[in-house]
Amino acid sequence: MTDELPKTHGATGAADGDAVAAGQPLLRIEAVAKTFGTFRAVDGVSLDIKAGEFFALLGPSGCGKTTLLRMLAGFEAPDEGRILLGDKDIAQALPHERPINMMFQNYALFPHLSVRDNIAFGLKRAGMARADIATRVAEMVALVKLEGLEKRKPDQLSGGQRQRVALARALARRPQLLLLDEPLAALDKKLRESTQGELMELQRRLGMTFIIVTHDQEEAMTMASRIGVMKSGKLAQVASPRQLYEAPRSRWIAEFVGDVNLFDGESKLRDGHRLIIGTRDAGALVVAEPREPVGAGRLAVAIRPEKVKLSRHGPVSEAGRETAINRLDGVIADICYLGGTTTYKVKLDTGGTVQASVANNARIDVDAYSLNQHVVAWFTPDDCVVLQS
Amino acid sequence: MSARRIFARPARFAAIAPYVWMVLFFLVPFAFVLKISLSQTAIAQPPYEPVFDPTAGWDALKAALAALSFDNFRLLASDDIYMFAYLRSLTVAVTATALLLLIGYPIAYGMARLPKRWQAVAMVLVIVPFWTSFLIRIYAWINILQHDGLLNQILLALHLVSQPVVWLSTDSAMYIGIVYSYLPFMILPLYATLAKMEPALEEAAADLGAAPWQVFWLVTFPLSLPGVGAGVLLCFIPIVGEFVIPDLLAGSNSLMIGQTLWLEFFTNKDWPVASAAAIVLLAVLLVPLLLYERLQKRQLEQGR
Repeated sequence: MTDELPKTHGATGAADGDAVAAGQPLLRIEAVAKTFGTFRAVDGVSLDIKAGEFFALLGPSGCGKTTLLRMLAGFEAPDEGRILLGDKDIAQALPHERPINMMFQNYALFPHLSVRDNIAFGLKRAGMARADIATRVAEMVALVKLEGLEKRKPDQLSGGQRQRVALARALARRPQLLLLDEPLAALDKKLRESTQGELMELQRRLGMTFIIVTHDQEEAMTMASRIGVMKSGKLAQVASPRQLYEAPRSRWIAEFVGDVNLFDGESKLRDGHRLIIGTRDAGALVVAEPREPVGAGRLAVAIRPEKVKLSRHGPVSEAGRETAINRLDGVIADICYLGGTTTYKVKLDTGGTVQASVANNARIDVDAYSLNQHVVAWFTPDDCVVLQS
Repeated sequence: MSARRIFARPARFAAIAPYVWMVLFFLVPFAFVLKISLSQTAIAQPPYEPVFDPTAGWDALKAALAALSFDNFRLLASDDIYMFAYLRSLTVAVTATALLLLIGYPIAYGMARLPKRWQAVAMVLVIVPFWTSFLIRIYAWINILQHDGLLNQILLALHLVSQPVVWLSTDSAMYIGIVYSYLPFMILPLYATLAKMEPALEEAAADLGAAPWQVFWLVTFPLSLPGVGAGVLLCFIPIVGEFVIPDLLAGSNSLMIGQTLWLEFFTNKDWPVASAAAIVLLAVLLVPLLLYERLQKRQLEQGR
């Protein structure tokens, strides 16, 4: 892979995302770096988090997302850069001095304390009055629907219940910022999905700022309003889920987030608002001209599988414009039935393969394609993304 | 059914093996000692009577049984030499165990926080003294603690004292010897519990606003209690019965129960009284054991 990542720093990163309320960010991370031995775990990350945001740090393992989160919690001190909460630099503050709480990956519930005492732990440290603690704990228990389990010890709870205790404990102090380290990784798929919804609901209701770390792109896409994708200690792109998926900034991001067909190419030709890119595997492809001008050199055309349509015969070109649609002839080489959709792998006559994801709209589909059937795969120029390769 | 029985057999044997061991090497010898403690001294071989003679018949056995008495236990209660010996043993054991905990806990904690590869090295360093005979190590301490020994030379060289300090045959020397010898038994169980404790627990406590000393008292220490219990028992029980260290390093003016036992057994040749003293010692030591067992059981029940 010869992908070069665009250097994303604060200003451009923030401009990329949805425009949330203007004004000063709640949290400002400025050129933060952390080195372990010779390994640069976090390498000059700048990022603004606005109040009330649900932000996700997404990346493969070892990308530095957890280290960044641990620096926000205070478990690691950055070697370089500043972390501003409001207008106070907290980069060197100890964990117990920060108005930030964290929900740990394996929950880290205190095994010797009951549910109630786990939730009350932070309140007691804050020197809250006894009666207020009782009120707040009851409130938190109700919030995460754990009524009746207050006296249980953590190992008398199910995984889902433990996750709720961890959440209640982290929320009890009403932190300015809640950090969630892979909060759903230990739950099974069904429970994870319902918990995702509950977390989003809770965040909206409390109006709190959440930063979640996850390696699961679906989870990040579902829950977060903005996602920061990390790679090798750097922020590769900060964008809304839709932007990330539909307008990835690099070939690596296009491949990391969701499935994608990539066609490497070089030559390019302008035709009005269209570019024509000659690809090795799929011949000449017509793509919409990207907003940011593409430089010279190797390019890649990216097309998501669900945007590739299949038909037995070529589509009728709109308004007689030959160039309006990319059509590729081939045969079905592989069929992967997934329930809601079916993914077809089409071996193109030009040599490459293209994946098409087709929604299964009917229970009995007499029109379904079969292996080795000749088909035309087609997609519009607007559905293509041109990436610097 | 038959297949299951075949597979179940080795498992069942494994389950009863500890009981077989206990019966053979604890209960049977215990029965001998108990019987001797109920006998009277005699100038004979063995030096007590009555002696059961299985060949003498039923009446002789009955007579022998009738001859058993609690006289030796009465003697133990009436002569305060024994009472003092028990008390001194318990005092020494409590003091030494407290010292061991105070010294051993920070060492175990430090070991558990070392990088993984250094933990193995530290572990070896803790165990390495065992490669030398226990007696040789105690004699080495005699050498270090004597009038012109290493310790006094250092103290004099540093001008901390103007004259050599008398160490040998004092309680200080005995405590140095005991703490030195038993430290690994305190460190290892503590280290085992501290090392397997999830580091995220301490982080969570700090995250929730606990200052470092609160993290220790509210999370680390309570969670290390099983290790503390094991370490305390492993040290306390053998120290109560300790014989060699007090005999070699402490003065002879007040004896621990181990030394008293030795005197009765080898010098006075009074096996019955020595046995009675041993039985009482065992009864005394059962108390902390039962307490520990109950504590563990309660923890298990709470866990469930």
